[in-house]
Amino acid sequence: MDNKNSIFRFLIPSKGYNILFYLAIPIVIMALYLTFIWSPVERTMGEVQKIFYFHVGSAWNAFFAFFVVLVFSILYLVKRKRIYDIIAGVSAEIGVVFTAIVLATGPIWAHSAWNTWWTWEPRLTTTLILFFIYIAYIMIRNMEGEWQKKARLASVFGIIGFINVPIVFMAVRWWETNLHPVVLGDGNEQSGGGLEPSMLFTLLFTVATMTLVYFLFLRKGIYIEQLRLETSKLKAKWQEKEINREAS
Amino acid sequence: MRYFITPALLIALKDLYSEWRTRQVVVTMLIFSALVIVTFSFAFDPTRQAVEALIPGMIWVITVFAGILGLNRSFLSEQKQDQLHGMIVAPADPASIYLGKVIANYVFVFVVQAISIPLLLILFDFQVPGDYGWFLLILFLGTFGFICVGTLLSAVSIQSKSSEMLLPVLLFPLVTPIVIAAVEATRIVLAQDASISEAFSWMQLIVVYDLVFFVAGFLLFEYVLEV
Repeated sequence: MDNKNSIFRFLIPSKGYNILFYLAIPIVIMALYLTFIWSPVERTMGEVQKIFYFHVGSAWNAFFAFFVVLVFSILYLVKRKRIYDIIAGVSAEIGVVFTAIVLATGPIWAHSAWNTWWTWEPRLTTTLILFFIYIAYIMIRNMEGEWQKKARLASVFGIIGFINVPIVFMAVRWWETNLHPVVLGDGNEQSGGGLEPSMLFTLLFTVATMTLVYFLFLRKGIYIEQLRLETSKLKAKWQEKEINREAS
Repeated sequence: MRYFITPALLIALKDLYSEWRTRQVVVTMLIFSALVIVTFSFAFDPTRQAVEALIPGMIWVITVFAGILGLNRSFLSEQKQDQLHGMIVAPADPASIYLGKVIANYVFVFVVQAISIPLLLILFDFQVPGDYGWFLLILFLGTFGFICVGTLLSAVSIQSKSSEMLLPVLLFPLVTPIVIAAVEATRIVLAQDASISEAFSWMQLIVVYDLVFFVAGFLLFEYVLEV
C-alpha cells in the first residue's frame, strides 16, 4: 500500500487477498475433481455420498468461524479495536452461511442414507440451535445506534453463545439417548476410521479447501466492511462541506 | 461486601417495592400464565394419560413465556429516564446490579410459579407422587438458570428500540439446554414410579449451566452496561 492517503486505497484489494484468490481457484477445481471423479462411489449410498465431503467441510468451517467469533469478541472487549469487531461480525456471517449449507445438505444426504429428512439427533439439533444463536448475533449487530454499543453487545453475545454450544450438545445427547437408543451409528461420520483411504484423502482435501474459501470470504468481508466505513466517512465529509458552503 | 451485596439487595428491593406499588408485571404474567393453561387444555385434550406427559412441558412453557414477559420489563424503568447511567456511576460493582436484577426477576417468576403451578395441577387434577422436595429443587435450579441468562440478555436487548422482539430471539436458543434438562428432570420426578436417581444427571447439567451462566453474567454485565 504505497498510496496510503488516497481515498481510493480501499478500492485496491490487498496483496493477501490476491494471493488467497489465485490460490483458491486451482484448489477448488482440484477439490471438485477429487470429489466427483477421482474418489470412488460409495457402495451402499451411491452418488449421494459425495455430498458428504461438502457437508463435513461446511460443518467444520461453521464451527471454526464461530470459534473465530469467540476469539475476536474477547479481543474486542479487551483491546477495543474496531477491526476485531469487524472480523467477528464477518466471521459470524460466513459461519451462518456455512451452517445453512450444512442444514441444507444434511437432509439431502440423510434422506438417502437414513431414509428420513431429519432426526433430532444431537449433532443435527446442536447445529440448528447454533444457526439460531448466530442469527440472533447478527440481529444484535443490525441494531440501531452507534457501532461501539453494537460491538460491545455483540461481543458479549458472541461469548455466551459459544459457551452455550457444548452444553446444548450434552443436553441433546442425553435427551436423545433417554428417549430411544442411538440408531444412527452407521453413518460414515460416526465410524471415522472406516473410511476408504482415497475417500479420506478427498475429505481432508475438501475440508482444507473449504477452510481456504473461508479465509477468502473473511478477507473479502473485511474488505467490504472497510469500503463501507470509508464510504460513510466520505459521505459525512461531503455533507459537512455542503453545509459549510450553504452557511457561507 | 459493602459495595457488592448491599447495592444488589437495594436494587432488588427497589424493583420489588415498585412492583408492589404498581403490581403491573406480576399480574400480567399471572394472567398470561393462566391463559397459557387454558390454551393448552384446548390444544391438547387432557385425558388422564396425556396429563402425565404434558404437565412437565406445560410447567416450563409457563415459566419461560411468563418469564420473558417479566424480563422484557426488567430494565424498562431504568431505561425511561436514563437512570441506568446513574446506576453505572454509583459506587458499586456493576455485577451487583446484575445480582440485584437476578434476585428481583427470580422473585417475580417465583410468585408466578407459586400461583400458576398449583392452579395447573388443580385444573388438570394431577397429584404429585412422592417427594415434593425434588420437584421444588428442580424448579428452583431451572428457573434460576433461565433468569441468569434472561437478565443478562434483557440488559442487552433493552438497548435496542425493538427490545420486545429481540429478547425472545436472543433468549430461546440460549435456554434450550435448560428447557430440555428441566423438562426431562421434571418428567422423571413427576412420573408415578419416580426414581430420583435418573434425574440426577439432568440436575447436574442444570447446575453446570447455572454456574456457567451466572459467572458469565457476573463477568460480562459490566460490558453490557457501559456507555
